[in-house]
Amino acid sequence: MVNHAADIVVHWVQAGMATPWLVWLVITLMKCGAVVGVMMGMVAYTVLAERRFCAFIQDRLGPNRVGPFGLLQPVADGMKLFLKENVLPGHVNKVYYVLAPAITLFPALATIAVIPFGNRLGGEKMVIADLNVGILWVFSLAALGVYGIVLAGWASNSKYPFIGGVRSAAQLISYELAMGLSVIGVFMLAGSLNLGQVVEYQSHCWLVLKQPLGFLIFMVAMFAETNRTPFDLPEGEQELAAGYNTEYGSMKFALFFMGEYANMVVASAVMVTLFFGGWQVPFIPVEQWLGCSWLSGMVYIGCFLAKLAAFLFLFIWVRWTLPRFRYDQLMNLGWKVLLPLGLLNILLTALVLAGQR
Amino acid sequence: MTAALFYIMGLAMLGFGVAVITSRNPVNSAMSLVLLLAAMSGLFVLLGAFFLAAVQVLVYAGAIMVVFLFVIMFLGPDEGVRRRLHWFGAINGLLVVVALLYAFFTLAGKQPPMIGAEGRAGTVESLGRLLFSKYLLPFEVASVLLLVAIVGAVVLARKDARSS
Amino acid sequence: MIFAEYLPAALQAGIALAFVAAMLIVPPIVAKKGAPNPAKDSAYECGLPAAQSGRPRFSIKFYLVAILFVLFDIEVVFLYPWAVVYKEMLREGLSILFSMLTFLAILFLGFLYVWKKGALDWK
Repeated sequence: MVNHAADIVVHWVQAGMATPWLVWLVITLMKCGAVVGVMMGMVAYTVLAERRFCAFIQDRLGPNRVGPFGLLQPVADGMKLFLKENVLPGHVNKVYYVLAPAITLFPALATIAVIPFGNRLGGEKMVIADLNVGILWVFSLAALGVYGIVLAGWASNSKYPFIGGVRSAAQLISYELAMGLSVIGVFMLAGSLNLGQVVEYQSHCWLVLKQPLGFLIFMVAMFAETNRTPFDLPEGEQELAAGYNTEYGSMKFALFFMGEYANMVVASAVMVTLFFGGWQVPFIPVEQWLGCSWLSGMVYIGCFLAKLAAFLFLFIWVRWTLPRFRYDQLMNLGWKVLLPLGLLNILLTALVLAGQR
Repeated sequence: MTAALFYIMGLAMLGFGVAVITSRNPVNSAMSLVLLLAAMSGLFVLLGAFFLAAVQVLVYAGAIMVVFLFVIMFLGPDEGVRRRLHWFGAINGLLVVVALLYAFFTLAGKQPPMIGAEGRAGTVESLGRLLFSKYLLPFEVASVLLLVAIVGAVVLARKDARSS
Repeated sequence: MIFAEYLPAALQAGIALAFVAAMLIVPPIVAKKGAPNPAKDSAYECGLPAAQSGRPRFSIKFYLVAILFVLFDIEVVFLYPWAVVYKEMLREGLSILFSMLTFLAILFLGFLYVWKKGALDWK
């Protein structure tokens, strides 16, 4: 289908119907649309996968009635949430109450723009925006995502959401330093913040092998960033009755829910890109076997998605295995363990590089 | 196109800036400031200061404003401290405006100093090269400044805890 | 235009914005409208009527940590340009290593001070 669409574009150009500017716009829009589509599909099916896996872990069956193996369950859920009554409670701050769910989902959809999800497809780089500041675009937009939860907690004017929002802000100040420090080693080795170049650097050896400590710290920080167990303090369904989304229903609740899973997809994509070679296929020289064709381009994209799925599975597995941290434990972990370890990782990397000089 | 984007961002910044100082609800003020900072980072992108643009959002909008919001939430904006015009603040503000206007008009005629070459001055690489060669001393002094701020924060917080 | 590479990123951000806006605007139009009910207008407190304010005030145990977070965050930001040029500038000598070691050592001193003073302890 992609091939066909590209043919149409080529045809337009040959017929003189399109200026290069229009071609650029169409190609970019196609990439954006494909990425958003695949991402929302992954979100929908990660939710289903989570429900099925947790059911197996707890010796249940999980949702298996809608369609074969319950595969149509996300469609049914989506329809239900879409058509449900939109309650706008009287005690909330209306503007922020409505905007908060959107603020949570928006950064996840926007950050994915800098992630290279494949090598090339018909000469076109498989990344929406090849930014020089790469990872900083991800981090800075992701940092804005916390406003969604904090504002939801405040706007709901209700105790459980309020505590959830406060916890979310408190969580941010605990893990973000460690997150920033843990990836410095990657960029020292790759010599660029551009994610495409980081992937390029890993063509011989995945960075997780050179930066194991950095990866561990980053992974812990990513679990905290996505508010996933063991760091799901803002939600805490046992203590806070779902925390910041207690007062939400219908599609606004669904936006929070999609936001959480979309953030998981982005977190997995960043981990794959920084530490696991991005779209590169290990051990197999794809282009020698298949040539530089559309097929090899698709293989790279497939490889990227497979690695992504592995991390999403890890997120699910951990959630149904580990208990939740207490806030003071999280702060101790972030400041007294991860922060010094992050500095140590930078020091070691710097010394090894200086030694190799 | 650059000019059009500049005017859009500039107008947005002015609008959000007015909202920061006129809205009664502190949360509105804080969120307007976040949007203002985002628009300002857009201006940095137009100028080619890419690293600065990203850091602007990361540090100001992502970290400092979250802490602001945190404090506002704790203070409870419902209590509604009525905002009054402080003469001291107004005079200070006026002085800053005069100083800025002076700087603007003295600099207006001059050629801006070009750092680096071929218009890629704002990339992380060229910034790093300059920061760790030509501007190494200010960089090291910044660490001392941060140290002073850290010690100061701890000392002030401790004093508060003891007196209350 | 030096910012040309940012246009696709802005486009993606625009699409993301349109998507979330559609998700907020369309459902209230197509969805079923329910009858008003006093329970819908009160905060959820596990079935009991809501007591007191929905935004309780409680002591901030970690406001100092919040300030320290901002200060150390600035330190981390300085590390990015350093990391990017580190390998290249190593060829010109070890000064790039020592300049950052000094910077980090001074701030690590601050970190030790904070730790020693118990500012990071939960009390």
